[in-house]
Amino acid sequence: MEKEYILITDFCLSHNIETHFVMELYEFGLVDLVVKEDVRYLPIQQLPKAEKIIRLYSDLDINLEGIAVITQLLNKIEKMQDEITHLKNRLDLYE
Amino acid sequence: MNFIDYYKILGLDKSASQSDIKKAYRKLARKHHPDVNPNDKEAEKKFKEINEANEVLSDPEKRKKYDKYGKDWQHAEEFEKARSSQGSSQSRGRRTSSQNYGEHDFSDFFESMFGGSGNFSGRGQTRFRGQDLNAELKLHLRDVFKTHKQTLTVNGKNIRITVPAGIENGQTIKITGHGGPGHQGGPNGDLYITFGIINDTPFKRDGNDLYTSVNLDLYTALLGGEIMVNTFDGQVKLNVKPETQNGTKIKLKGKGFPVYKKNDVYGNLYITYNLVTPTNLTQKEKDLFKKLAELRK
Repeated sequence: MEKEYILITDFCLSHNIETHFVMELYEFGLVDLVVKEDVRYLPIQQLPKAEKIIRLYSDLDINLEGIAVITQLLNKIEKMQDEITHLKNRLDLYE
Repeated sequence: MNFIDYYKILGLDKSASQSDIKKAYRKLARKHHPDVNPNDKEAEKKFKEINEANEVLSDPEKRKKYDKYGKDWQHAEEFEKARSSQGSSQSRGRRTSSQNYGEHDFSDFFESMFGGSGNFSGRGQTRFRGQDLNAELKLHLRDVFKTHKQTLTVNGKNIRITVPAGIENGQTIKITGHGGPGHQGGPNGDLYITFGIINDTPFKRDGNDLYTSVNLDLYTALLGGEIMVNTFDGQVKLNVKPETQNGTKIKLKGKGFPVYKKNDVYGNLYITYNLVTPTNLTQKEKDLFKKLAELRK
């Protein structure tokens, strides 16, 4: 349990944020949460995503709607970069 | 160590107001923030420069010192001595707040002028989980034909990793927990290794399939026969059909590259025949070819 999930309260404490902010992220579909015996946890795999969102929010003053769009576009870019790598590798066949 | 023009970095002149600085910083930070430019080292470097410029120019105390000494920053130490003798509780208070951030976030110029620890406000660094690290590993195509262990040195630590057979050029694998240490009990970050595969073999690779060409002499092409060809892991005997045409492509099933993370599953090897006609014909050969040509008329 300890290794797979992080207590939302611990996460918020370390980032100096309110619990309701994480709930907002959840409601926006930006992160997944797990509830066990009425206690909310953040799956450890969600940590990089959650921390990136907090950085975008606090460093760049981007609201959650903006973060949702950025996240979606970054995912698209990642897929396109994978495709570019694949196509570049294929291009070697003709060089 | 060179002087850094913080105004130039933010695209401002010396008369810029705090509001101008904030605006310029925001604009550039949005463009170069590491989270919106993943795996872009240039953007990461630029973001650090912007942060450092903002760190100095948005702090009236630091800006005053920077403006006063500018290119004569080497004399800043004297200024610092004079100032510390007067006492500056504000400055001391600010310096203690950045223990979590590495000194590498600042340039040598900054550290020389303002000391090793500044008041980096943690931009781009908010983390409970440790920082993810990225590394590149160059391997030869032959190295990734078989699964093997490799020792890497990352941040002074030796890590033994398994490089699975069939890894692709440009592919990135994640080594969980081998990134930077977590903060306040948080988990370690991950290490991402991107592979650069150097192909110095006569084989071209497309995913799991390999391609190569083999020269075929005229007589074998016409009459058929057996030839030995090189595959990636040794020679095989091939039966060439009579009357094989130039450019004929044949498939050797399972003689290609290993499929990533699938034991004993291989792609195919495609061989293209290059028909090589004889040169330096003797008179006798010429006569015989003429006879053959006449038979075709």
